[in-house]
Amino acid sequence: MSGKSRLTSAGEAETSPGAPSRRALLGWGGAGLALGAAAAGVAVASVRSDGPQAAADSGAAVPFHGVHQAGIATAVQDRLHFAAFDVTTKDRAELVALLKEWTRAAERMTAGHAVGDGAYGGLAEAPPDDTGEALGLRPSRLTLTVGFGPSLFAKGRFGLEDRRPDALVDLPKFPGDNLDAARSGGDLCVQACADDPQVAVHAIRNLARIGMGRTAIRWSQLGFGKTSSTTPDAQTPRNMMGFKDGTRNISGTDTAALDTHVWVGEKDRAGWMTGGSYLVARRIRMHIETWDRTGLQEQEDVFGRDKGEGAPVGKARERDEPFLKAMLPTAHVRLAHPDSNGGATILRRGYSFTDGTDGLGRLDAGLFFLAYQRDTRKAFVPLQRRLAAHDALNEYIQHVGSAHFAVPPGVRDTDDWWGRALFS
Amino acid sequence: MRAVRFSVVTAAATVAALTAVTGCAEKSDGKGDGAVQVVAKDDSCDVSKKKLPAGHIELAVQNKGSKVTEVYVLFPDDRIVAERENIGPGTKATITAEIKAGSYEIACKPGMKGHGIRQKIEVSGGKAAKRSPEMDKAVAAYRTYVQAQADETLPKVKVFTDAVAAGDIEAAKKAYSDSRIGWERTEPVAESFGDIDPKVDVRADGLEDGQKWTGWHRLEKALWQDKKLGAEEKALAPTLYKDLLDWQKRVGLAEITPTSMANGAKELLDEVATGKVTGEEDRYSHTDLVDFKANVEGAEQCYQLLKPIASKNDAALTGTLDKQFAALNKLLDKYRKDTSSYEFTSYDKVSKADRKELSDAVNALAEPLSKLAAAVTK
Repeated sequence: MSGKSRLTSAGEAETSPGAPSRRALLGWGGAGLALGAAAAGVAVASVRSDGPQAAADSGAAVPFHGVHQAGIATAVQDRLHFAAFDVTTKDRAELVALLKEWTRAAERMTAGHAVGDGAYGGLAEAPPDDTGEALGLRPSRLTLTVGFGPSLFAKGRFGLEDRRPDALVDLPKFPGDNLDAARSGGDLCVQACADDPQVAVHAIRNLARIGMGRTAIRWSQLGFGKTSSTTPDAQTPRNMMGFKDGTRNISGTDTAALDTHVWVGEKDRAGWMTGGSYLVARRIRMHIETWDRTGLQEQEDVFGRDKGEGAPVGKARERDEPFLKAMLPTAHVRLAHPDSNGGATILRRGYSFTDGTDGLGRLDAGLFFLAYQRDTRKAFVPLQRRLAAHDALNEYIQHVGSAHFAVPPGVRDTDDWWGRALFS
Repeated sequence: MRAVRFSVVTAAATVAALTAVTGCAEKSDGKGDGAVQVVAKDDSCDVSKKKLPAGHIELAVQNKGSKVTEVYVLFPDDRIVAERENIGPGTKATITAEIKAGSYEIACKPGMKGHGIRQKIEVSGGKAAKRSPEMDKAVAAYRTYVQAQADETLPKVKVFTDAVAAGDIEAAKKAYSDSRIGWERTEPVAESFGDIDPKVDVRADGLEDGQKWTGWHRLEKALWQDKKLGAEEKALAPTLYKDLLDWQKRVGLAEITPTSMANGAKELLDEVATGKVTGEEDRYSHTDLVDFKANVEGAEQCYQLLKPIASKNDAALTGTLDKQFAALNKLLDKYRKDTSSYEFTSYDKVSKADRKELSDAVNALAEPLSKLAAAVTK
């Protein structure tokens, strides 16, 4: 039964051949696109890493256990597979059993091991426990992050109606939303991030398989081209509109900023959510073709930054402090900036997506926006209200999918499981 | 036509091989002592041994030709003992099977077409896989079921084909889905013969070059889409009846083992998942839910017969299967007037959201059902 694990130690991973990807060398800077709500893009100027961090090893394993779930403050990986699930069982005990099974499988996969008894070597007549497509691949910094949607707390389902956190609001309808129910909502979500897309897809596929009969996938989204800021010396990624995205964001090592803006604290009196966070996921379609026909000046005015350097209006360098009043009142960066929103700040982990074309020959592409925050009512909701009402970018984007999840605290050890504090 | 087959003897092979799983894995490179070497080229099919002892055999296939090939072990009447498809040029593959004494043929099909290049082999002596009385009982009961389904189906087929032959479109439409139920309940067994299914149940997109389109779906198209029965269609009706008469005569000869029953049940659900839930199977008549129900009934029959054995080895699994069969049946009941009726909602009237619900319920059953064979042979 050797060979079940695709990696026996992190040390091996480090010496394995294979060039780290371009993005992996950039290290952490924080997520974020200057799009959508948070879009703060550049805007989150108030909190920033004090200095560059060591470049992450794109093949290594990220520890699964901890006070907080991995995949939030973790340096953003290159690829995403995000899945929202409906819980199909009505039995609370079955749901709990599922979460325990998922936790054990996640421990194995994030460490670079196959699920259960592996992908081969078992009974010839029975399908193997693991689907096998990640055999031989490194852990690739896979993180799996679970969340609970508002619908899970509905009355008459699992007896959780009294445990729904106040901050897990039903998101309001924002002007301009064109939400597709088949791409929105969900009782559970799993965010899989990895530097290798095959590793992320394998993880979601195997969790979905374990869940069959208890959960069913409602929708899922693949992402690439992380929209995150980087270390100051490194190149900032660009979004699908060609603009540098996420020049500043909350740094994964800035514990003070994380405690202030991302992690639910003791003071929040949120019980089982202490140490957790709230996740908003929005599928933001870009009208790529019309954007590409837009003059450069207008493009730059829409964002409030220049396209080449990424400098805010009137400034020379990308990381110069923006002077908001120099921008048009409808400029995206100006509207999304914390200074325009009473300090509201979110941690962005979004990814670009391209799902082929839409049948009219238009690229089905945009930003899959992921924002983590301590209280959605004080962060995403006011930000998005403001953007939806005034943002010049609205002419070129449309929000087509939306979901909100309470992301519980981390799994502490091998006896703990996702959601224990909620269900116990 | 469906891609799956009741891989009868292949399944039996595993029963025999279970005690030596590790050995099996070691031999998977095809260099095991007992392996029969098969070298497939574009114009030849060389088999290293023509005389073999009965029991568990292993074929180590090397495709040295330029075309994708497939290799079959066949009974003298062309029933499939074991097969392996899609063996690319320059690649190797292993086929394992349990074979009783008798004459067989090994066929390589370069380009995966036609009769193939064949070699005769003789199998003698040896001993068959061990089987418990409980297993024998399950197999015997299933054989009876399969035969009964065929026997009961033929008169219903007659009603359908007579109506077509008489040019009575309305009567033919009415009799169509009913004439398929017995077939759909036991289809993996019928498919193990290899030659009947392509004649009676092939869909337009499953036709090979030069193959004439015959059978149920050809007539389905005439009835629902073309809305006319010409001389050609009328002539196809007795052909369908004759081909299914052949099925009725031969179905009792099928090789059946406990594991082939278990995997046959899973294959029936796989068929639902790939063909019915999408509305592809009965794309003109939209009677997919009738086939769907029949597939589930056939799978449940296999399961119920194996349950006494499986529940001893894996009670949690049979508990789950009981629950999921009940859930799927209950869901299907939403689409018919009452539980004795086989008049189901036309599938084009089933919304996307409802199709997803059906698909989720199929997955919820098929996933644990895929573990039944292991539970039976533990």
